[in-house]
Amino acid sequence: MNDDGHVTEMAPGSWSCPLPLRDHERIVTGHGGGGRLSAELVEHLFRPAFGSEVDDPSHDAVVLPVPTGGDRLAFSTDSYVVTPLIFPGGSIGDLAVNGTVNDIAMSGAVPVALSAAFVLEEGLELATLGRIAEDMGRAAAAAEVRLVTGDTKVVEARDRGGLTITTAGFGIVPDGVELSPRRVRPGDQVLLSGPIGAHGMAIMSLREGLEFESELRTDSAPLAGLVQTMLAAAPGGGVRALRDATRGGFAAVLCELAESGGTGIEYAERDLPVPADVAAACGFLGLDPTHVANEGKLVAVVAPEVAEEVLAAMHSHPHGVEAVRVGEVVDDHPGMVVARTGLGAKRVVDLPLGEQLPRIC
Amino acid sequence: MKYLDEFNDPELAASQFEEIERIVTRPWSLMEVCGGQTHSIVRNGIDQLLPERVRLIHGPGCPVCVTPLETIDKALAIAARDDVIFCSFGDMLRVPGSHHDLFQIRSNGGDVRVVYSPLDAVRVAADNPDKQVVFFGIGFETTAPANAMTVVEARRRGLTNFSMLVSHVLVPPAIAAIASSPDTQVDAYLAAGHVNTVMGTGEYAPLVERFGVPIVVTGFEPLDVLEGIRRALLQLEEGRAEVENAYPRAVKPGGNPAARAVLSDVFEVCDRAWRGIGVIPASGWRLSEAYAPFDAEHRFEVSDLHVEESPLCRSGEVLQGLLKPSECEQFGTTCTPRQPLGATMVSSEGACAAYYQYRRLAPSGQAGAKVDA
Repeated sequence: MNDDGHVTEMAPGSWSCPLPLRDHERIVTGHGGGGRLSAELVEHLFRPAFGSEVDDPSHDAVVLPVPTGGDRLAFSTDSYVVTPLIFPGGSIGDLAVNGTVNDIAMSGAVPVALSAAFVLEEGLELATLGRIAEDMGRAAAAAEVRLVTGDTKVVEARDRGGLTITTAGFGIVPDGVELSPRRVRPGDQVLLSGPIGAHGMAIMSLREGLEFESELRTDSAPLAGLVQTMLAAAPGGGVRALRDATRGGFAAVLCELAESGGTGIEYAERDLPVPADVAAACGFLGLDPTHVANEGKLVAVVAPEVAEEVLAAMHSHPHGVEAVRVGEVVDDHPGMVVARTGLGAKRVVDLPLGEQLPRIC
Repeated sequence: MKYLDEFNDPELAASQFEEIERIVTRPWSLMEVCGGQTHSIVRNGIDQLLPERVRLIHGPGCPVCVTPLETIDKALAIAARDDVIFCSFGDMLRVPGSHHDLFQIRSNGGDVRVVYSPLDAVRVAADNPDKQVVFFGIGFETTAPANAMTVVEARRRGLTNFSMLVSHVLVPPAIAAIASSPDTQVDAYLAAGHVNTVMGTGEYAPLVERFGVPIVVTGFEPLDVLEGIRRALLQLEEGRAEVENAYPRAVKPGGNPAARAVLSDVFEVCDRAWRGIGVIPASGWRLSEAYAPFDAEHRFEVSDLHVEESPLCRSGEVLQGLLKPSECEQFGTTCTPRQPLGATMVSSEGACAAYYQYRRLAPSGQAGAKVDA
């Protein structure tokens, strides 16, 4: 869909398979060829699902007015691959929108617009793609961000109908907002927006050969609204740094903050909210919940004098109802994260090396 | 959460620590045999909270760690073949052979798959009749029944394209080897509870009799480990040496009869090389004659492959409890989880990896004064 054009506004979720697409139930090479099949895919599948309206269809690039509210842009991109494509509570479409929205939001910016580029494998069912596109439209509406331009390519089947989505987007950083790990100081408090581990374990519960029954659902959610609520509660710059705890989990985010801020961080394992079913699933797979991915949780480092206000503001937002204070920035062991264990001892918290591997026994 | 929180209760743990403090009148060294226990001890900091007089020595009970380099190289040679789908437990993928690991085989185009249940490998074989499917059957008595079931099932289904690369090891001969070493510093053993779940406790009385050391069957959650430690110390202080079961919710004296029946049918005892330690007589299982056709070593003719370990790696001393990981000159410098010299740094159950992950607060790699007491 290089050629963005005028589309009629349609509610997300109203995708229906009109006549031209009925010729193919699955993606074929021609859907990425730039010809009639490509155009039909854009016109009848993506545009209705995304529900975006663009005024001038004559450019390959979308032309947008410069937003107001600040004179700095935050710009980010991310690629999304996940198996399975659809899982409890969402799909790769939700991740592709919320993930990039959250990356932008962690700079303190208000996200404005996203692009979406698809690499489709031959054999992907159009109904699956339609569902994923709808999820993207719905997620964009919930995040108050527009999906304005995109591209589609088709590659030979490698994984029986896989799909990669790359989204990029920008937001406006409000005047006066300055978030960076370099602003973190000893004494600052570490806040976490809610329970950890649900996304990663929901995906794991569906992995081939590992199916286990659980009611775990992804926590995928846009966090830009929560961030603005937090910033409004501490207008004097009391919010120092934000990170969304995605791949690598809560532990990786703390390690990264400690390392780039050159400070130590400590937290108590006992204060860490881990849902019982996440703890159980991690227990029998030999995984550490602090290393499990989240898609709708953030870690905030805030000045001690505003910690209560920011926490209260988080509790007032739907995506921060279960926010907790989990730890603090310390003078000791710069660059290193230390956990106080449930029994009262201390241990170093490290980045996982690569993929988490279930243990033998 | 049932069976997790209950055995992690800080108040109960505190009273156990007090009780242990009360019991102990002089220095003792206990060896926890199983890597799962080492992980639990180091992750929860149990060793930091014990009295200084109680020293924990981390034993050889990590199946990934003790699998010989030679076996890893055999696995790599088989996995690299075009006609093979190689199935393994996840944490074997990162274990380095002489030149590379299974991850690298996979990125070079090899078909290497992580399975969570050994029987999944049999399913892979049924689904891919034009490929040879090889399962990497390693571990202690704990994983052996499920591994044994793969060949039973493959035979039942008449699958001729399934085989297993077997490197099974046994706990009692390892305890005997350590206890009979003139250098041994171990006063009592915490036996690996899950091994006893399968095998029962009958094999341990002869060891107690022969070496005069207490052996306490111990679980894995913090309170399980503390109960094992408390009972072992009580025996030592009272001058007793007995087999005790501190993990009765999982371990019956006779073990699991169904599992034992399958094991005696599928496996037979053999001498086995332990990485870093060497050959321990009658310390392993290989496929019995009845199941020998399923032996991948013979099917792929890799029996003649022989290799040497890195001379710098002292994992053998670590596995025998003669050296703390942080006392090794290579620890954290030339040997890290990213560039491991030996398997104890690779597996999350390995003592070196556990120390690296949780114990780098002080420059020497120790967290507190009590760690190396």
